Amino acid sequence: MESLNLLLLMLTLGAVAFYAGRSRSLAVATPLGGIRHLHSLPNYYGLNALLWCALPSLFLLILWLVFDEAVINSIVMSSLPAELVPSSKADYNLLLNKISNLADGIMSSKGQSAALIAVAESMAGLRVISQWVLTALCLILATIGLYWGWRRVAADFRARQSVERVMENLLLGCACLAIFTTIGIVFSVLFESIQFFRSVPFFDFVFGLDWSPQTAIREDQVGSSGSFGAVPLFVGTLLISAVAMFVAVPIGLMSAIYLAEYSGKSVRTYAKPALEVLAGVPTVVYGFFAALTVAPFLRDLGADFGLTISSESALAAGLVMGVMIIPFISSLADDVITAVPQAMRDGSLAMGATHSETVRKVVIPAALPGIVAGIMLAISRAIGETMIVVMAAGLAAKLTANPLESVTTVTVQIVTLLTGDQEFDSPKTLAAFALGLMLFTVTLLLNIFALHIVKKYREQYE
Amino acid sequence: MSNSMDNLQKIKSSLKRRSRSESLFRWYGRVAIIIGLAAVLALFVDIISKGHGAFKATYIQVDIHYDGDLLGVTSLADKPQLMQANWDALFKSALREKFSDVSGRSDKRQLYKLVSNGTGFDLKEHLVANPLLLGETESQWLLADDDIDTYYKSWLDGEPYDARLTKKQIQWIDQLHQQGDIRLQLNTNLLTRGDSREPEQAGIYGAVMGSLLTLLLTLILSFPIGVAAAIYLEEFAAKNKFTDFIEVNINNLAAVPSIIFGLLGLAVFINFFHVPRSVPIVGGLVLTLMTLPTIIITSRAAIKSVPPSIREAALGMGASRYQVVLHHVLPLALPGMLTGAIIGMAQALGETAPLLMIGMVAFIVDIPQGFTDPATVLPVQIFLWADSPERAFIEKTSAAIMVLLSFLLIMNISAVWLRKRLERRW
Repeated sequence: MESLNLLLLMLTLGAVAFYAGRSRSLAVATPLGGIRHLHSLPNYYGLNALLWCALPSLFLLILWLVFDEAVINSIVMSSLPAELVPSSKADYNLLLNKISNLADGIMSSKGQSAALIAVAESMAGLRVISQWVLTALCLILATIGLYWGWRRVAADFRARQSVERVMENLLLGCACLAIFTTIGIVFSVLFESIQFFRSVPFFDFVFGLDWSPQTAIREDQVGSSGSFGAVPLFVGTLLISAVAMFVAVPIGLMSAIYLAEYSGKSVRTYAKPALEVLAGVPTVVYGFFAALTVAPFLRDLGADFGLTISSESALAAGLVMGVMIIPFISSLADDVITAVPQAMRDGSLAMGATHSETVRKVVIPAALPGIVAGIMLAISRAIGETMIVVMAAGLAAKLTANPLESVTTVTVQIVTLLTGDQEFDSPKTLAAFALGLMLFTVTLLLNIFALHIVKKYREQYE
Repeated sequence: MSNSMDNLQKIKSSLKRRSRSESLFRWYGRVAIIIGLAAVLALFVDIISKGHGAFKATYIQVDIHYDGDLLGVTSLADKPQLMQANWDALFKSALREKFSDVSGRSDKRQLYKLVSNGTGFDLKEHLVANPLLLGETESQWLLADDDIDTYYKSWLDGEPYDARLTKKQIQWIDQLHQQGDIRLQLNTNLLTRGDSREPEQAGIYGAVMGSLLTLLLTLILSFPIGVAAAIYLEEFAAKNKFTDFIEVNINNLAAVPSIIFGLLGLAVFINFFHVPRSVPIVGGLVLTLMTLPTIIITSRAAIKSVPPSIREAALGMGASRYQVVLHHVLPLALPGMLTGAIIGMAQALGETAPLLMIGMVAFIVDIPQGFTDPATVLPVQIFLWADSPERAFIEKTSAAIMVLLSFLLIMNISAVWLRKRLERRW
């Protein structure tokens, strides 16, 4: 049976369970003199039966769907006749794909060897069996659950507590998903990175000055060993981020100060949302803007002044990235500036300081930890920003601090290494995960530090 | 005495400088805001000025004679015949008829290039839909090739861009213009078709459907899970190290670069669980993990804003903690949660980088029909088109951006409206 139909069937069974549990509780209650003699409301008895019926079988369904393909594949591949056994990992995957396509009927069996067709047929057979076993198991489990939930209905059964305990665990499970996601991220980048560092030493990667990840197809080709020195990428990332910060920090900070301290209410109500529009624009739009409008404009402008500005210059990408980050800094700075107690301003003004002196010498120092944290979060965002640099920055890794030249960044390289055809064990693909690990570590440290400052700062004035 | 006079003198002489620096400071602020707003304006004006043209396309009028002999078709019910028929011959002969003075192979080839090379297929569909036309002649507006389209539009604007046309083609367009047989009309392809290598044939419908399916899955998964997590953290979690750890994780995930989620999707969903590449399921899963922190954080804020007196009243009436949450807190916090969900969805709709990692950059012509069909999404389509060398794609890309931005605008406006309309102040 199709998984979706099975799911619907199980939901129906669940509804039946709810109804059965509820009506049994009512039947139990009537001779006792009404539902006030039950421990819980009838709905809780119904819910209890529903949970017993649906949860175990749903759990089974999910586990089965996740693992059945892997299990079937390994059974099929381990039962291969001797002449088909593949020699390498790549051949293994290729063969597996072929068999799977044959079994699905996507690929015509014309012209394939009889042995292969037999294997494909056995795979198709296994799939059918797996579906039926799954259906049978789920239905049996659901029925047992239904019966159990129904049996347990009794006047003194604490159905509400039982339901609420399950609910609490479900809620906890949802909350823990954040932890699982973090673990998933760490493991997915870590495992591949460790594999990568087996073929490329860690220090060569972190301190190497040459980045050219093109590995040759044949061993004896020229330049067959790519070099994976990531320093040019780090420098490129920092260069573009620095340009972005150079734009975003003064503009974001000053507009936050103006909106929080000076502007009238009407300016604030219109200017603040208008600036925040910038935060809602997708990064791919900024990338397009940077690549097709800002970069040619800068190039022509540079030509007028006798400067050669590359059409993929770090300047163009950085400027546009800075614009993207303006609302980020301004809204964070706005939050911390408005959180500074009014009494501090009043004190300063009463001593005869002008408004700007108050802002510069009292408000900003008081808000400084929050502002610094905001800037750090903005830096972490600039480092991890992908689309703008993929579209507007270059691909060639150049070790330079000149923003008029073309540089490449960590994120650009991750994207170029992982889009298009790839085999999963070449150092080229694994390098992307190593870069991802670097990116994740750096942004994680920045975030943790910044969030820590924000938290401390918030406690200070609360 | 003289000392305080000195001080007064000092203060007086510094007043001018201080007031100047005061007004300067104020101007810094104004300039910063003006630069910010100018950036918003420049972005939108640039996109709209580049993209508005793509909603119209150039069409050329010719008389198409649906000649069965020319096509090699005797009956429209005969599928193999339709497959083999020479559909291009229809517009080729019509064009030759229109420009009867054209001779020579290369000239003719240039002539045929006036119209889109998908024209034969369009004519086939038109004939199959209107079988009575077989053997008849009909005057029809044919979609022009993208180079012609670019030239004609730029020519109408007074700055002709003719780099990719020959002199003869320009002459022909001039002639068509004088006869009134070339015009701009609404570009239906843009909103009704999937992607294509030919700019004039390409549309965003496939990408919009892909985005819709992906977002639907994201919403189905992330909203319940996010709300459940928020309820747990706000209402039930004990104040201990473990809860703190969950919170730290959520806050960090909210700030992790989106491309990292793409790496997670690639390593976990595709390489470990063998979910197929390029399908909305895997896109939806990745975007769910990405938007969860946003939804959890906004939902928690919504729950927090429900005053404790409501909980206390319900508890006082004998409700259990779950009854308090389900019957009182949740309904009151729902508008805020929905607002958060819409904001999260808007973020997911604009996201590109993680989807590049999981293969949603493939060139896909067909319109996805379900969660397991290969698909691409609107922002990725924009990325792909922006990368295409054809000049006509610049216009298309900008138009696609306009569509994307209007979706986002609608979502954000509805979030604001929802908050204004349904949120209660206590």
